[in-house]
Amino acid sequence: MGPKPSLLKRILPQLIILAAALLLNVIVFPDFFQIDFRNGRLFGNLIDVLNRGAPVALLCIGMTLVIATKGIDLSVGAVMAISGAVAASTVVEGHGWGTALLAALLAGGLCGLWNGFLVAVLRIQPIVATLVLMVAGRGIAQLVTEGKILTFSNEGLIQLGSGTVFGLPTPILIWVVLGALVTFVVRRSALGMLIEAIGINERSSRLAGINSRVLLVCVYLLTGLCAALAGVIVAADIKGADANNAGLWLELDAILAVVIGGNSLLGGRFSIVASLLGALIIQSINSVILLSGMPPEFNLVIKAALILTILVIQSPRMGNLIYLIRATGPQPQPEATRARPKKEATQ
Amino acid sequence: MIRATHLPLLVTLGTFVLAYALCGYAYPAMLSTRVIANLLTDNAFIGIAAVGMTFVILSGGIDLSIGSIIAFTGVFLAVILRDTSLHPLVAFAIVLALTTCFGAAMGATIHYLEMPPFIVTLAGMFLARGAAYVLSTESVPITHEFYDTLQGLYWKVDGARFRLIGGVMVLTFIAGILIAHRTRFGQNVYALGGGEQAAKLMGVPVAQTTIGIYALSGGLAGLSGIVFSLYTSAGYSLATVGVELDAIAAVVIGGTLLTGGYGFVAGTFFGILIMGLIQTYIVFDGTLSSWWTKIVIGGLLFAFILLQKGLMWATQAKAGQAKRKKATGFAAHS
Repeated sequence: MGPKPSLLKRILPQLIILAAALLLNVIVFPDFFQIDFRNGRLFGNLIDVLNRGAPVALLCIGMTLVIATKGIDLSVGAVMAISGAVAASTVVEGHGWGTALLAALLAGGLCGLWNGFLVAVLRIQPIVATLVLMVAGRGIAQLVTEGKILTFSNEGLIQLGSGTVFGLPTPILIWVVLGALVTFVVRRSALGMLIEAIGINERSSRLAGINSRVLLVCVYLLTGLCAALAGVIVAADIKGADANNAGLWLELDAILAVVIGGNSLLGGRFSIVASLLGALIIQSINSVILLSGMPPEFNLVIKAALILTILVIQSPRMGNLIYLIRATGPQPQPEATRARPKKEATQ
Repeated sequence: MIRATHLPLLVTLGTFVLAYALCGYAYPAMLSTRVIANLLTDNAFIGIAAVGMTFVILSGGIDLSIGSIIAFTGVFLAVILRDTSLHPLVAFAIVLALTTCFGAAMGATIHYLEMPPFIVTLAGMFLARGAAYVLSTESVPITHEFYDTLQGLYWKVDGARFRLIGGVMVLTFIAGILIAHRTRFGQNVYALGGGEQAAKLMGVPVAQTTIGIYALSGGLAGLSGIVFSLYTSAGYSLATVGVELDAIAAVVIGGTLLTGGYGFVAGTFFGILIMGLIQTYIVFDGTLSSWWTKIVIGGLLFAFILLQKGLMWATQAKAGQAKRKKATGFAAHS
């Protein structure tokens, strides 16, 4: 929305944290930044971070907008499982990969519409409304796969998960393009501002003439579509749809990415770029833990500790405290008093 | 007279009776005391955790960490009983103190740092699960004669065995009901759920109450972990994933409003029983697959949320009508 300097200022904390996380990577693994081009594909740890972070990055594009409307979507993990299952079963039945992708997007879109309907029309709190699909979704996914892990060997579909375009792994391309597209649409039109208005005060935004109902449904629909894409990528990556484990706890990672991106859970101003950086930060932390050769048992503890630290730094209470320290700090005052007499002396 | 706030509880009770009648009609064997005894035993750990979750939700918060705390408790007990010669009772006391402190720490973070409970307990969930992984990634069996004695305790009623852990759950629910309705703390929890600002103005000690609520939830999750380890005779760090969702579902099906302020601990008891009943029915049927449990529970969840929403609309419309009537009445007088 704003000019470039303000965007840079907005994402500066995330950039610093990401740089720190990448630095940690380099410390534990000096060749981290090395990127090779072999067999028509880019290889390297940095590429891996971008590639492995794709599902969370895709999820957090939609999640950012939902959270900006003061909502939340707990069902994205389950929607991933459903759409992965739908894509796999379509391919297994002998259809092409294009049909499978469309079917998966349709399934994700329907889930998103359902959530949007509950939130915007029935006016159920988002956390409760999306809980329904979170609980039932995995059951539905298992219904589609009939309780098995559906494996497939359709080349086109597999390309979506592990193929390359111009040497770049497809998942990276998908999330970067989608992120840029959504940011462009939202920021080059009034849509972004309208979404923020709903998050800040829905009642007054409606009185101001914003059709909040349609906009809310659209936001949840977009989240469903993003989750469907993520689900297809995950399924294509393992060449199978696992209704129980696909996207398990990814909704939490996506919400964390949005929060690390500096977006308030109470709605209002948002930045998709910052959320995407948040997703990359989470993935870089995962990569540090993997590369450092620490026992994998410590993964969750370290992640929890890092997340807590980031959250405490960003919490409103800490912000107030820092503001107070700056405002009443002893250091600026002597400078100010010293500066004044000097000025008088020169006058 | 039936108050609107009691209606969800009554509907839950009605659903349970109806569901049980249907089950009994389809499979007369389900009416036996043995099925009831198993219902209590199999759902004991989740019921105990759901009592804590009821308090958290009544206060308008949410606790995502309980599943991880249950797993941590199980692994902790298994490791301590394997590696040291401590008596299980001492281990129980240690683990209860640990989980209660953990809950209290989360409550303090929520209150003093003004962070949403959702995010704080999410971090708590990662932390507790991670701690369980650090202790052991494998399933550790528990073999202690005291465990055998506890597991051997039961009360026999015509062939059915009411085991100790089912009794612990029922006692926890009774204690929960007493705390919610007969103590100052319980009243403070309801007040906090009605609105933090209003509660503060009424003189409710918000900090103490918030910390107390999450400490209670953590402690009950610890107790639930102990019961779970008695139920499975093992500690496994990957166990009880997603129990928090089941507990939340049970609380909502039990008629508690997720916005806080309205609800009953007793309702949660029937919520647990309804969910247990669905599982039992699927086992009895034999042809239905296990995933139907999730779908049916999701459907029930939706139905109860709709019911609560409908009630709120109804009461609001009534209040609006009364107000309008009053206003027109005044207008007529003047």
